[in-house]
Amino acid sequence: MALSKDEVLKVGALSRIRLTDDEVERFAGQLSSILDYVDKLNELDTSGVEPLAHALPLHNVLREDEPRPGLDPQKAVGGAPESAGGFFRVPRVIDDGSSA
Amino acid sequence: MSGAEPIPTIGMEVHLHLATHTKMFCACAVEYDAPPNSRVCPVCLGMPGVLPVMNRKAVELAIRMALALNGTIPDFAKWDRKHYYYPDLPKNYQISEYDQPLGVGGYLDVPLDGETFRVGITRVHLEEDAGKLMHPEDGACSVVDLNRTGTPLLEVVSEPDIHSAEQARAYGETLRQLAVYLAVGDCNMQLGQMRFEPNISLQIGTDEKGRPRFTPISEIKNLNSFRSVERAVAFEIARHRQEYEDDPDGYTLERLGKSTRGWLDDREETFLQRSKEEANDYRYFPEPDLVPVVPDRKWVDTIRAGLPELPEHRRRRFIKEYGLPQYDAGVLTADREVADFYEEYVRSAANTDAKTAANWMMQDVMRILNERKVAIAEIRIGPGDVAEVSDMVVTGTINRSTGSDVFAKMLESGKSAAEIVEEENLAQTSDESELKAVVDRVIAENPGPAEDFRGGKERALGRLIGQAMRATGGKANPKVVREILVRKLRG
Repeated sequence: MALSKDEVLKVGALSRIRLTDDEVERFAGQLSSILDYVDKLNELDTSGVEPLAHALPLHNVLREDEPRPGLDPQKAVGGAPESAGGFFRVPRVIDDGSSA
Repeated sequence: MSGAEPIPTIGMEVHLHLATHTKMFCACAVEYDAPPNSRVCPVCLGMPGVLPVMNRKAVELAIRMALALNGTIPDFAKWDRKHYYYPDLPKNYQISEYDQPLGVGGYLDVPLDGETFRVGITRVHLEEDAGKLMHPEDGACSVVDLNRTGTPLLEVVSEPDIHSAEQARAYGETLRQLAVYLAVGDCNMQLGQMRFEPNISLQIGTDEKGRPRFTPISEIKNLNSFRSVERAVAFEIARHRQEYEDDPDGYTLERLGKSTRGWLDDREETFLQRSKEEANDYRYFPEPDLVPVVPDRKWVDTIRAGLPELPEHRRRRFIKEYGLPQYDAGVLTADREVADFYEEYVRSAANTDAKTAANWMMQDVMRILNERKVAIAEIRIGPGDVAEVSDMVVTGTINRSTGSDVFAKMLESGKSAAEIVEEENLAQTSDESELKAVVDRVIAENPGPAEDFRGGKERALGRLIGQAMRATGGKANPKVVREILVRKLRG
């Protein structure tokens, strides 16, 4: 399954990655070969097989609702490129794109 | 095209914070007034190599809410990653339940103007909240506080069964009441613990093939008050009508699909955020770091057994069992603790009937709660104390207005009604001979009103009764005073 140049650019845009023309070409080939490899699985007859949600044979791994101290605030923002007054500082964003 | 009256068709997505002590996937405390980035850890900061672990309480509260909404709990629920880039989302994806949520189906009956309408529930699922992004007035920067990141968030998605702005508001209010009743969430609107996203379309007649014709769906994001829900929906209904009138062939769901809009509270209008073409591509896929939730029947049954009587059921029972008017039943069941207090009050009263007790609740107890902005559990008197004072009024020991004074003094001092009445000599007097003397004096001192009443002005009687009450320091039985006055002036 060959991935088109536009598809690679779209995936790049969704991942916030700027790609050069060379990279687009190279990644198109690499991504296509990955998809081809996955496509092989389609040769198997999986009707009657439950979809697998998780590789581990586990469920209901839960913890009790008891608070524990986290990171020191200094440390929390310490690794960020910029911080001020305990906040992370980021380039100004205006539109509320949050979709939580 | 037909000229049928448009029918607003509205579904609602509601997000609410669950009442847990810790976050959804890590043990950081959920606190609303902590210093910025002081309730965070490598998990909620999205550091590489960390492993999220589910909060049992959050899962149980979600199941509790789904059950109270008459939904079913599937045998299997799983987690998915929803990808998008925003500075308040450190992992660059939100953990959510995409296609196999914890709760499926159900409904909520919503009272409005003395009637009830039913809103279908599509699904109830768990996810995590994002952080808080702020935009200081000065500079070219925004700042981020990630304390809220990872807070357990319950999303309740309704069917498009809401048909007006008033219904949209009532649905939100009823859902909030239910969540608070169940202790699923505190739903404090000021703290942003509850947010609404109505999806609005108008059904306008049918197309040439007889299928319903819809205007494009607009979803209004992040409304955080009931008032804004009502106004934003009303605005959108009017806007859709206008757009449709201007271009009946172009303004259709088929052509324009769904768009996302914001609400400007100060200007009371919506604005376009994203059209169909710019819609997000979230690239959902199963979350490899979390194993599925398999709610076994025993677990679900235990949660079901712990459900209290739900507000709508209780409201109807109050009308039937206590003979209360719709209004009283609605007021008394709005808060679970108030409703509990009232029922205990009615049980412990010897002489006060249920309707009289409802009046005491609304005129005295709840007035104080509103004035002091406190919960009923925070006042120092219990249902038995209110029963004591209202019984004294019903049996004639004190009059109604003295009753209210005694109630206020009970709150202040913590003393019993009997003690206060005794100490302050407040007991009402119904003694005819004593009151006759008072009435004679009042008539002599107020010849004007006495003459007015004789001349047929019924209202003058009230002034004379008031004078007699004042003369006795409020202790006279107003019924007896009235009888004596009427007898004397008419006789």
